[in-house]
Amino acid sequence: MKPHRRKTLGIIIFIAAGLSVAIGLSLYALSSNIDLFFTPTQIAAGEVQPGQRIRVGGMVKEGSIRHSEEQLQVNFITTDYAHEVDVQYNGILPDLFREGQGIVAEGSITPEGQFLASRVLAKHDENYMSVEVKAAMDAAERQRVMGQTQGQNQEGFQ
Amino acid sequence: MIPELGNFSLILAFCLSILLGVIPMVGAARDNLLWMKLARPLTAGIFVFLSISLLILGYSFVTDDFSVAFVANHSNTALPIQYKITAVWGGHEGSFLFWTWMLAAWMLAVTVFSKAMPEDFVARVLAIMGMICVGYTLFMLATSNPFDRVLPLPPADGADLNAALQDFAFIIHPPSLYMGYVGFSVVFAFAIAALISGRLDAAWARWCRPWANAAWAILTLGLSLGSWWAYYELGWGGWWAWDPVENPPLITWLLGAAMIHSLAATEKRGVFKSWTVLLAIMAFASSLLGTFITRSGLLTSVHAFATDPTRGVYILGFLGLIIGGSLLLYAIRAPALKSEFGFGSWSREVFLLANNMILVVASAAILLGTLYPMVYQAMSGGDLISVGPPYFNTIFIPLMGILVVLMGIGPISRWKKTSATYLRQQLARVLIAALVLGVAIPVLFTLDVPVATIATAVLALWVIFAMARDLWTKSANKASRLAGLKGLSLSYWGMQLAHFGFVMTMAGACLTSIYSIERSVLLQPGQSAELGNYTFVFNGTEPVQGPNYIADEATIRVIRGDTYLLDLYPQKQLYTASGTPATKMGIDGRFFRDLFVSLGDPRANGAWTMTMYVKPFVRWVWIGTIFIALGGILAVTDKRYRRYKVRRGEAVSINAEPDSAASAGSVSGGGLTS
Repeated sequence: MKPHRRKTLGIIIFIAAGLSVAIGLSLYALSSNIDLFFTPTQIAAGEVQPGQRIRVGGMVKEGSIRHSEEQLQVNFITTDYAHEVDVQYNGILPDLFREGQGIVAEGSITPEGQFLASRVLAKHDENYMSVEVKAAMDAAERQRVMGQTQGQNQEGFQ
Repeated sequence: MIPELGNFSLILAFCLSILLGVIPMVGAARDNLLWMKLARPLTAGIFVFLSISLLILGYSFVTDDFSVAFVANHSNTALPIQYKITAVWGGHEGSFLFWTWMLAAWMLAVTVFSKAMPEDFVARVLAIMGMICVGYTLFMLATSNPFDRVLPLPPADGADLNAALQDFAFIIHPPSLYMGYVGFSVVFAFAIAALISGRLDAAWARWCRPWANAAWAILTLGLSLGSWWAYYELGWGGWWAWDPVENPPLITWLLGAAMIHSLAATEKRGVFKSWTVLLAIMAFASSLLGTFITRSGLLTSVHAFATDPTRGVYILGFLGLIIGGSLLLYAIRAPALKSEFGFGSWSREVFLLANNMILVVASAAILLGTLYPMVYQAMSGGDLISVGPPYFNTIFIPLMGILVVLMGIGPISRWKKTSATYLRQQLARVLIAALVLGVAIPVLFTLDVPVATIATAVLALWVIFAMARDLWTKSANKASRLAGLKGLSLSYWGMQLAHFGFVMTMAGACLTSIYSIERSVLLQPGQSAELGNYTFVFNGTEPVQGPNYIADEATIRVIRGDTYLLDLYPQKQLYTASGTPATKMGIDGRFFRDLFVSLGDPRANGAWTMTMYVKPFVRWVWIGTIFIALGGILAVTDKRYRRYKVRRGEAVSINAEPDSAASAGSVSGGGLTS
């Protein structure tokens, strides 16, 4: 092998080794740092283990916000209009957090079924609904429609 | 009537762009000087007509012409005048017009500062930028025309500019970010022109470098302003969120940084040619990707514009065309680009290669994290995930650590070959000093020092001492030290300044991440809360009337030990036109620490929830970026670029024969891109 070929080969091996280490690290970091998104319906169906870090999204139910008088704590219910999740949060809510609007909460669920949020995100533009909340609403809508048709079918059989 | 004129001049700009994309390119291929020379006047025409469009849109905002849909959606009679004007870039359509205008402005700059370059090269560069301009103007005309009307019944008043945007930074952050972002299309055009003409030599790199440096320096400022703005506006006390829309400009910035280093090697040593070209293509592609992500509505973010799938499809198509076309051209032409010289294993070339590898891997990792949720959603049939900051930090921080280690050695190493003895002799004492002082200085302040602080201090001092050592060595052979320092070139000083700025930003980022503390509390008027060495006393709120909002303003007295420091006045605002609430932080920014209070919501009896932050060293993040940008600008002003141009002009006329032969041979390549 000629010296300059050997050097080129050396550089290629060096780059390939560096890249594979980087890709390996990236994938490892990725696998341990992704937050899955669930809808209230999925949580009601028991798809989530208590303690698992997840995101949940839905609408803030009208009249469900309860502020504590002495503490920071706030409780509210997020819903996809099929099922509800009771959320507890110890922090400052974002400016655009309001009843009847879409939010995404990050955190985990307790064995009692309460969601402890470590972060609450609200949309930042009046006309904009987050992709995740929209997906949750659409999923709930599909379920509702399917449930109705199933119900009708059953009636038909009887 | 007047908005229609704006629309009309947009259409004219579109037509001129088509001419610019075709005529000079064909002229350069056929060696027709007249056709090549048309590039400059056509560019000027595009700039004039896009300027008219932009001014008319601004005029529509100032005169509250709510029959224009874009104005009606993004302005209001009560909006202060500076925001009426800048609301031009407050939404998708207008900001895209502004973006396109910025492209035209860069094109005009190319016509002005290219007098010394060969005519066929300038013609090709401008023609390629003309083609990009065709894509942008067509996009506007087809999917997002800022001059669309709401007729016959225009609203009586506008919907108002998003409350979060009504801030001083909104006036400067988008222009600087766009200017930097779009500047990379100049370098891209240079690279493609070089591929077409087959001319990629030291002269090409020398023409390219000032543009690459300028675009990169301005992008640095744009990013930094965005980070500073997010810090004081969004109220979560952070300065970087790894948000899917923050990431693409960072990817472009990293690739741009890799490119300016690789260009240095291409200019000085004639190596890494095809790699430099590939970086130019990737940097431009990443800027288009950023556009795609922001404007397609794929992602949830502060920056995401309203959703419209046709826009996303159009940009994706354009992105595919540009990347596919340039990579195809690259595949055909790049094998012809040979390195002119070899280099040894400890040479500066190798350190630059390592720098490039780290920067490219970092950008690839960020790209992966940014696109992964979208890919996952597509692959899994709709399951949604998000990739959080821990992923990005796990990858980015170690990579930057290695980069900083190399940053100490690279500038000291020599082109072609550096002896290991020389490096050892230069750096042994630097290393010892960095280790000793990096441990000693933090321990002097407090005994309980986290390992991360020591690592930060050692790395920062390593680069700074290596820098000092290099200055000492390089100023040694003159009559006096001062004369020696004066004798160093501006681009050398630019490099040192930018490196210093980078180290400062990194040190600030690490230290503020380690030492920031925060506390959220519910306080009655008169109550106080402790945080670190500070006591925050809440003295109640007062109603305040702004120009287009009402607000509750709290008075927070900050006490350290027993001494009164200052009062902070955070506000909770309600914008009357849109009914949107917004938070204005109370911040006291100092060189070594920020005190930061953000109001939450009111509770019974005048009590409020609020979050307090003490953030040491956070200013360093942005001050460092100013040094980075200044370094980039300093390198652009190096007189070497200007002096060389004159000589090059002579050289070019001598070399005219081989140049035209090369361009004649590249007709097929030209046909592929156009």
